Amino acid sequence: MTSISMTVNGKPASGEVEGRTLLVQFLREDLRLTGTHVGCDTSQCGACVVHVNGEAVKACTMFAADADGADVRTIEGMANADGSLGTIQQAFQDHHGLQCGFCTPGMVMSAAALLKDNPKPTEAEIREYLEGNICRCTGYHNIIKAIQAASGQLTAVAAE
Amino acid sequence: MYNFEFTKPTSIADAVAALADEDAQALGGGQTLIPTMKQRLAMPGTLVSLTGIAEMKGVCRDGDSLAIGGATTHATVAAEAGDYPGLAAMAAHIGDPAVRNRGTIGGSLANNDPSACYPCAALASGATIVTNTREIAADDYFQGLFTTALEEGEIIINVKFPIPEKSNYQKFVQPASRFALVGVMVAKYADGVRVAVTGASEEGVFRWTAAEEALSANFSADAIAGLSVDADGMIGDLHGTPEYRAHLIGVMTKRAVAAAA
Ligand SMILES: Cc1cc2nc3c(=O)[nH]c(=O)nc-3n(C[C@H](O)[C@H](O)[C@H](O)COP(=O)(O)OP(=O)(O)OC[C@H]3O[C@@H](n4cnc5c(N)ncnc54)[C@H](O)[C@@H]3O)c2cc1C
Ligand code: FES
Ligand code: FES
Repeated sequence: MTSISMTVNGKPASGEVEGRTLLVQFLREDLRLTGTHVGCDTSQCGACVVHVNGEAVKACTMFAADADGADVRTIEGMANADGSLGTIQQAFQDHHGLQCGFCTPGMVMSAAALLKDNPKPTEAEIREYLEGNICRCTGYHNIIKAIQAASGQLTAVAAE
Repeated sequence: MYNFEFTKPTSIADAVAALADEDAQALGGGQTLIPTMKQRLAMPGTLVSLTGIAEMKGVCRDGDSLAIGGATTHATVAAEAGDYPGLAAMAAHIGDPAVRNRGTIGGSLANNDPSACYPCAALASGATIVTNTREIAADDYFQGLFTTALEEGEIIINVKFPIPEKSNYQKFVQPASRFALVGVMVAKYADGVRVAVTGASEEGVFRWTAAEEALSANFSADAIAGLSVDADGMIGDLHGTPEYRAHLIGVMTKRAVAAAA
């Protein structure tokens, strides 16, 4: 067992993990942050996307021990301080960007990573960025719309 | 997955020492190795993470070459290899953003997946693979499916890419895996053109020498219009027949030449 500590959603978190403990396991099973989902466990679906030092990564394909000392952000850290939905989350609700919601945590974390680097992405850029996030319900159109809205490009969407 | 010891050294010397144990294996971004370990196809006793080694990270201009640290992620290459635009664009289309934020050039070249993009870029560039013990020319490095010149415990520290006058990588994406069904990299140097092909051959990445000769004489898509690749020895699977892949090589090469910048 190895002792690890990291910052998760702004708060210190630590624990004892095996070498093989995945970051997603540590988040879900040890820290009980079950918002991060495991859809495939084979690095394909993106339901497990979290930010490690500001970068989107698949938490099912990173060892917890490799995130020792890192700054981690999960879907639980995306709400506003008063508990209301953050801008991207609210846009997903407003634009029906989810149905079952299973993929949504990963979608929101990927969207946040995209908007950080590219605050006004085109539709094509959003679609390309979400290549590693699979949704079985929505058909993607409303997810794209939600991200366009969250980026303040609502009028462009409404005009279509 | 079987359990193992995890270590994360901060220097090449410490990593090499840790890898001297025959049960130890290097870990780059884990984007290939972790899925493999989940399937219990690999069972190292110790994993030595290379991503904490600062001297193995980053892109640096070195005369007419670009030197890329072995633990540099695809995302960093996409963002920082602007001096070699064909290489930056290749890195920008590997997998998806989350894979690119973790996956490394050293991991990709060490793995030598027959459908991977980096082996194609390294071979087309005549790159030099610098390890902890020696320098290996790309022409000698790739030795067939998942096989390279690397010895047990040897790690890729750096990769030197001579910068071409013009280049382009064309990838026909296999949409389920996001790897290349067929990928072709064309690089035009003062002393000739190099063309490398990934995804197609049962022997792994290879140079299409007939196209290289034709393009060295006349760098235009028309120059290879009459050439074709023999379907013999090409991969056939549910995604495409050997004939289909052989045909795609010609198409992708022409596109790469037309797009080369
Ligand atoms: C969904 C998905 C899509 C992908 N799409 C593509 C694609 O389109 N094109 C493509 O080329 N690849 C693709 N990949 C693979 C990806 O690029 C991997 O990151 C890469 O092949 C392996 O790099 P890594 O750093 O993750 O290595 P790891 O998985 O950590 O290691 C792979 C192997 O290399 C060894 N190793 C790692 N670093 C070194 C080093 N510095 N020196 C010596 N040995 C080392 C390890 O011991 C292991 O055997 C994809 C992966 C996924 C999960
Ligand atoms: S659970 Fe991580 S990519 Fe699907
Ligand atoms: S909303 Fe159900 S998987 Fe995306």
